[in-house]
Amino acid sequence: MIELDGVGYGYGGRTLFSDLSMALAPGSFHFLTGPSGAGKTTLLKLCYAELTATEGRVTLWGRDAAAMDRDAVALARRRIGVVHQDCQFLDHLPVSENILLPLTVAGRQDEGGQNLRELLAWVGLTAQAGRLPPELSGGERQRAALARAVITSPDVILADEPTGNIDWEMSQRLLTLLIELNRMGKAVLIATHDLNLIRAAKAHVAARVLRLRDGRLLQAGADL
Amino acid sequence: MRPLPVPVARVLGLLARAPAEGVRQGRRFVAFLAGDPQADRAVPPTGFTASLTLLTSGAMAFLAVFALALALATGRLAERWGEELAESATLRLPPAEGDAAATQVAAALRVLDQTPGVGEARALTADENRALLEPWLGPDLPLEALPVPQLVAVTLDGEDFDAEGLRARLAAEVPGAVLDDHTAWRAPLVVAAGRMRALGWLSLLLIAGSTGAMITLAAQAALAANAQVIRVLRLVGARDITIARAFVRRFTLRAGWGAAAGTLAGMLAILLLPSADESSGGFLTGLGFQGAGWLAPLVIPVLAAGTAFAATRAAALRTLRTQS
Repeated sequence: MIELDGVGYGYGGRTLFSDLSMALAPGSFHFLTGPSGAGKTTLLKLCYAELTATEGRVTLWGRDAAAMDRDAVALARRRIGVVHQDCQFLDHLPVSENILLPLTVAGRQDEGGQNLRELLAWVGLTAQAGRLPPELSGGERQRAALARAVITSPDVILADEPTGNIDWEMSQRLLTLLIELNRMGKAVLIATHDLNLIRAAKAHVAARVLRLRDGRLLQAGADL
Repeated sequence: MRPLPVPVARVLGLLARAPAEGVRQGRRFVAFLAGDPQADRAVPPTGFTASLTLLTSGAMAFLAVFALALALATGRLAERWGEELAESATLRLPPAEGDAAATQVAAALRVLDQTPGVGEARALTADENRALLEPWLGPDLPLEALPVPQLVAVTLDGEDFDAEGLRARLAAEVPGAVLDDHTAWRAPLVVAAGRMRALGWLSLLLIAGSTGAMITLAAQAALAANAQVIRVLRLVGARDITIARAFVRRFTLRAGWGAAAGTLAGMLAILLLPSADESSGGFLTGLGFQGAGWLAPLVIPVLAAGTAFAATRAAALRTLRTQS
């Protein structure tokens, strides 16, 4: 579905990483770790074509992302659910409408009702559905972001530090949701520093752990 | 039967599909106007651009009503001046006294009576002559003491009137008679009225252009103010046309409503203008609409909405192309 082949990215004369290859196949589960500034968020952005690789090739469902027009990129993004580190909400819309946004822009808002109720209950935001994003706590925002990422049942789920602001119990619930989606054939890629989350996940799924360090992507050791 | 040439067949095919295509486009337009409230809410209301668009389109529509009224009124004036002057002529006979004058008038009337295209010919009475000269020479004019030419008013009723032929015959039968068919001063009057009409239409074009420019600026300001909203919409898979549509619909409706209010205000102002008989020369006070002409301003809100649609769509798609 999403393939990176010899991909590199640099800006301002600095190379962030280079010659990086990986593939997100249906049913795959990946964690991406690495020190801050290693390029985890940039790598995710390459996967949903918000950035263009400066070397190598990113392929989205068989098409070169660099050669895709804006409409094609938009249609590809509808198949990718993204949990952004900074959540990226529309602050003038209530939480429920923010969660439904991917369906709304795709003209599929009629499909949202039942999914929305179940998702809100699952992420524990039923009572907050009518509130505006600025009124939510950091944890509530991340849960809402995850709900928005999965509302369309996308083929690929990319999450950038999805448990950074939430407690352990909620992290487990979100992980359980991602694992269930993965068992339905969705590819999942989570960028995280949270080793406990990785260990918890590995107890339930065959997750690959990739470490981005010194501009290279490595397979993590068995200790994870 | 020979088959139709390919281009002709294509044109006929297009014409055959035209009604269905028209219905389809009509449905699309209605759907566009109805909009998708939920999708539209994705773009937050933008206070000052909303007010600016409403105010601009209202003011421009108000001005457009007057420009339209000017164009239509001068059009009517040019037409009437042209017709009235083309339907009349004046024959001037040299001053004469007593029987000579009567003989001269009788000869002139006989010639006119026999001339094709002349409907009626009538010698002006002494009182009518006096009334004509009164503005320059004052009342109680002793007309009989002055060498005043005798005037004959001629009404033309046919296109077969031959002014040159009549002049030649008059030269032979009524020496000294001068035929004035008003050509010399009719043409500049008609040209002047035509130019005023053209100025009215030019004003309408300028108003439409200014409206489009101002709405474009307002739309660009709204797009710039909503850069973060646009970014989020793109991240969740919105196409440029989907984002543009939310802005375009909003600006189209605002411009349409603003122009409707401005048009109604303009029509009311025209209605309240003092009325005057245009034929008496007071065409400026007679500025306005007549009969079905009152329906013409109703096109202005539609045109304003169309202008806003085109301007906002172009601005939105251009801006979205340049925003990464």
